[in-house]
Amino acid sequence: MVGNSLYLTIILAPLISSIIVGLFGFAIGKRASHSLAILGVFISTVCSYIVLYKVQVLDLSYNGPLYTWLQVGGQTFSVGLLVDSLTSIMLVVVSSVSLMVHIYTIGYMAHEEGYQRFFSYISLFTFMMFMLVLSNNFVQLFFGWEGVGLVSYLLIGFYIKRETAIFANLKAFLVNRIGDLGFLLGIAMVLAYTGTLNYSEVFTQLPVLLNSTLPGTDWNVMTVTCILLFIGAMGKSAQFPLHVWLPDSMEGPTPISALIHAATMVTAGIFMVARLSPMYNLSPTALGVIIVAGGINCLFLGVLGIIQNDIKRVVAYSTLSQLGYMAVALGCGAYSVAIFHLMTHAFFKGLLFLAAGSVIMAMHHEQDMRKMGGLAKYMPITYITMVIGSLALAGIPPFAGFFSKDMILESAKVAFENGVPGGWFAVFTVYASIIVTGIYSFRLIFMTFHGEERFRYVSHDDHSHDKHAHSHDSHGHHHVVEPKESPWVVTLPLVLMAIPSAIIGYLGYKGFVSDSILANSVTNISWYVEHIQNEVGTPLHMILEAFTELPVYLAIGGIVIAFIAHKNPKKTASFVKAINPIYIVLERKFYMDDLYINLFAPVGRGIGRFLWNIGDMVIIDGLIVNGSAKVVGWYSRVLRKVQSGYVNSYATFMVLGVILLLTFCTKLIFS
Amino acid sequence: MMHNLISLTVWTPIVAGIIVLFFGKNECLARYLALLGAIIGFIFSAIIFFKFDPNLSGMQFEENIPWISQLHINYHFGVDGISMPFLLLNNFITVLVILAGWRVIKHKVALYNSMFLLMTGFMSAVFGALDAILFYVFFEAMLIPMYLIIGVWGSSNRVYAAFKFFLYTLMGSLLMLVALIYLYNVSGNSFDIFTYYRTPLTMVAQILIFVAFFFSFAVKVPMWPVHTWLPDAHPEAPTGGSIVLAAITLKIGGYGFLRFVLPIVPDASRFLAPLMITLSLIAIVYIGLVAIVQKDMKKLVAYSSISHMGFVTLGTFLFVGPIASVWGLQGAITQMISHGFIAAAMFMCIGVMYDRVHSRNIADYGGVATKMPIFATFFMLFSMANSGLPGTSGFVGEFMVIMAAVQNNFIYGLIAAISLILGAAFTLWMYKRVMFGEVNNHHVEEMKDVNGFEFVVLTLLAVGVLWMGLYPEIFVSKMQVGVHDLVVQVANSKI
Repeated sequence: MVGNSLYLTIILAPLISSIIVGLFGFAIGKRASHSLAILGVFISTVCSYIVLYKVQVLDLSYNGPLYTWLQVGGQTFSVGLLVDSLTSIMLVVVSSVSLMVHIYTIGYMAHEEGYQRFFSYISLFTFMMFMLVLSNNFVQLFFGWEGVGLVSYLLIGFYIKRETAIFANLKAFLVNRIGDLGFLLGIAMVLAYTGTLNYSEVFTQLPVLLNSTLPGTDWNVMTVTCILLFIGAMGKSAQFPLHVWLPDSMEGPTPISALIHAATMVTAGIFMVARLSPMYNLSPTALGVIIVAGGINCLFLGVLGIIQNDIKRVVAYSTLSQLGYMAVALGCGAYSVAIFHLMTHAFFKGLLFLAAGSVIMAMHHEQDMRKMGGLAKYMPITYITMVIGSLALAGIPPFAGFFSKDMILESAKVAFENGVPGGWFAVFTVYASIIVTGIYSFRLIFMTFHGEERFRYVSHDDHSHDKHAHSHDSHGHHHVVEPKESPWVVTLPLVLMAIPSAIIGYLGYKGFVSDSILANSVTNISWYVEHIQNEVGTPLHMILEAFTELPVYLAIGGIVIAFIAHKNPKKTASFVKAINPIYIVLERKFYMDDLYINLFAPVGRGIGRFLWNIGDMVIIDGLIVNGSAKVVGWYSRVLRKVQSGYVNSYATFMVLGVILLLTFCTKLIFS
Repeated sequence: MMHNLISLTVWTPIVAGIIVLFFGKNECLARYLALLGAIIGFIFSAIIFFKFDPNLSGMQFEENIPWISQLHINYHFGVDGISMPFLLLNNFITVLVILAGWRVIKHKVALYNSMFLLMTGFMSAVFGALDAILFYVFFEAMLIPMYLIIGVWGSSNRVYAAFKFFLYTLMGSLLMLVALIYLYNVSGNSFDIFTYYRTPLTMVAQILIFVAFFFSFAVKVPMWPVHTWLPDAHPEAPTGGSIVLAAITLKIGGYGFLRFVLPIVPDASRFLAPLMITLSLIAIVYIGLVAIVQKDMKKLVAYSSISHMGFVTLGTFLFVGPIASVWGLQGAITQMISHGFIAAAMFMCIGVMYDRVHSRNIADYGGVATKMPIFATFFMLFSMANSGLPGTSGFVGEFMVIMAAVQNNFIYGLIAAISLILGAAFTLWMYKRVMFGEVNNHHVEEMKDVNGFEFVVLTLLAVGVLWMGLYPEIFVSKMQVGVHDLVVQVANSKI
């Protein structure tokens, strides 16, 4: 293909199908709508693989403008495309997962209202995500960034009648906006100091940022800018303390939890930092901030996953924890490792969500794992694929997550050895989190697929009541129906996602470690590069070596703990009782939600009410406006007496005023 | 005809308005005549837009004939890159207003339509006027139709609202007249605005003139703390009145700062810029917080307008701030045009709901989206634009002003950017309470989706909002040279 038409095809195919399905979906029907949406994403997927081939094999990259968006003060801002190795990986990840989710949706949303609307949204999301990863400048990045946020908002609140859903989507949007505040200011800093927002032009002017301090302070501009931009990433990639929206986002239908809140959108922040790696490399302080935020996510939010009973929330907290892993890798300057984990995570976490959705369908939209159990024999495909996903998540060799996670452990160690600020915290959290990951991922497997078939014991009243409260799709079942495997449109994506979850780590390891896959787009920090040059082995070698090292045993230990707890429910219960004070803190999610909902929001509204009632009504209106009105009224009463007739008081006042002022003015001039 | 395009743009709606008023016994005829007048006016303004040469410095389409020669008052019109977009926006909005009132306004149809046409003509004249008295005459004249619109079609509290409006404008108008007479004297008996641009003035005189202009323009914008008339005026006005008020009338304040204040008293502007920047930042944050807790949708959008107009004054005075930034100036103009579309759209949306339920109270709604899915889509788009989402026009102006703010002072940028959170909070929280959730009363239960007229109006506004968001260059490129002219004028000290 000529010029940039291949890249344009990738972007425009989902946009066009989204618009057609969105506007005319009601007319063309469900079948045509989903076919069109899938066709759009399919075209993008094929083209993405062609791009991958072009970039990785033929070494052809592209960086050019599409059209001029804005010209201000001699600076031109264009909508433009940057296709390099990082973009090619992101394109393949986004389009592949999106395609799987599109197919899966046919089964999952089959009986839902707003079927076409849903397809229109997820195609629009895919478009926005492409805009984000293909951008060659900050403005377009921000467009894609906010665009995916918009679609996420629309999809979390997809069930517009459900109070919890429309609360969650507003919360998600506003918390993200806090991040965007930082992000936009970061962009403004880049523009103010370099005079451009084009990545490649900014990267040539890094010394300007590095050698300036913020006026009035001794803060380094590079550090300030990097931290501001990372605040944006904290919102989008749900890093502590802006993570609070992600667990609530599970109110959305499960396919979008897989696509948006696991595989793609939430990794946008990780992508952004990797994209800007030349900047972050120059600010150890910013990297330290990233390590701390990532470490907290990794361990402390991961722990919350252990106590969740909602199957989707377990996976959501595991996403927070894994995003923490990626952030730690970024903070250690090992950007390519973060992208490697981003890729493996996209597949296995997408898979886990889709499998969880399959379980939820079999359970008639019941999401509480306490009402499941023993499902393995009813839904073997879901079971096997979910186990593969969980093994990958827990980091058991040779599954995908093992390789990427092992490299994060390595880079944390290297960072610690090189005295990076927060290096010890990185090492501690990533190691401790391995056990946690093992526990929550296999607690989910055991509770859902093994043991008693608890769904049989749910009392009818309770069941129907619960459905009414939590489910959008009450089928009106008041009796237990045998759970059955989901249709092929659901299981096919599971299988197709399970394959990369199993092998992609093995395949990608060498390329990501030696940095050949992300060559020329991501600049890893120097000490990491030096260390890795001495360390590269074959993936097979890695697997064998793993069994002589600690991490694998930590992961297995976690799984064993989950198993023991599963087999001894009474002892587990008494253990929970013993640590009750801690348990309460965990149940309140470290009181972070309370901070936002019971402190920030009411205080904001309180200030608003105060300013309105006191500032506007009492001071400005009451004293000044009505006060002067009273004065006018008094004048007019006096004037009425003087003129003893019906004269419009205002007009009189006006004329008098004009005369007075004119006199004053004339005096001023001629004096 | 090419030489008096501005006159045609100004007088077509005025003449059409008078014709409608006198021949409008037949309501149907009145509507069609009004629409015809509005469309012809719009076509003239569109011709100006397309014929406008963005590479030429100075005024274009100039008309200059003596009007009252004893006092050296001229009938002098002309547009540059700064005023021309407003001419187009003004006439565009009029077409929409006539369409929006098509089915809704059932009594005094002719009067209603003619008032809007008169208003349009007057406001076009304000944007085109290059003679101070010509400007002043139309600046005052445009208030008459607005008083009538609020007075005749307004609701219960209209007396207080009109009174407040009157007091505020009275103060400003008088002081401006005084300033103009003073300028007439010191400039050697001239009412020509360009002569004022060249008139040397002492700092004291400049500050006094600044204060005089400030009161008339800041009230229009409206800037904090002279804003309280707007949240009272909007709920009293009918939908069309609110649209014109928010979309065009407020812009005259912002335009006044650009046409009069900055070039006539550049030194005072520079001197007082920190004060003006502070007032603008207060407007953005204070008003944003106040908007969150509003219970009346129109008041909420009125406060949101004040907050967004804060970006206009912020950008304008950042331009004369410590680090002169063209970003601020262009951002201010862009924000005004964008806000014209968005505020019009927001008031249109509220009007659509008001026509069905006859309430502006947020609490009287809930679950509207299930009953009106097409409307919900439009309203979502405009709400997102109001929250400043990139890709919509709402982003472009705010983006440019925030960039300018950070160039000046990081703290300015930080405070201005809080609007990102507040704008989303007040807009989307309202959207949530009105549109989402279960339908909980029979008024909402009976709501029907948009009709043909509403659909056309909303579609046109949506095109404007998206077009300006995705390709702002088409507007911004037209104003480059005009902005540059202003830069040159402001750069010179007049002391």
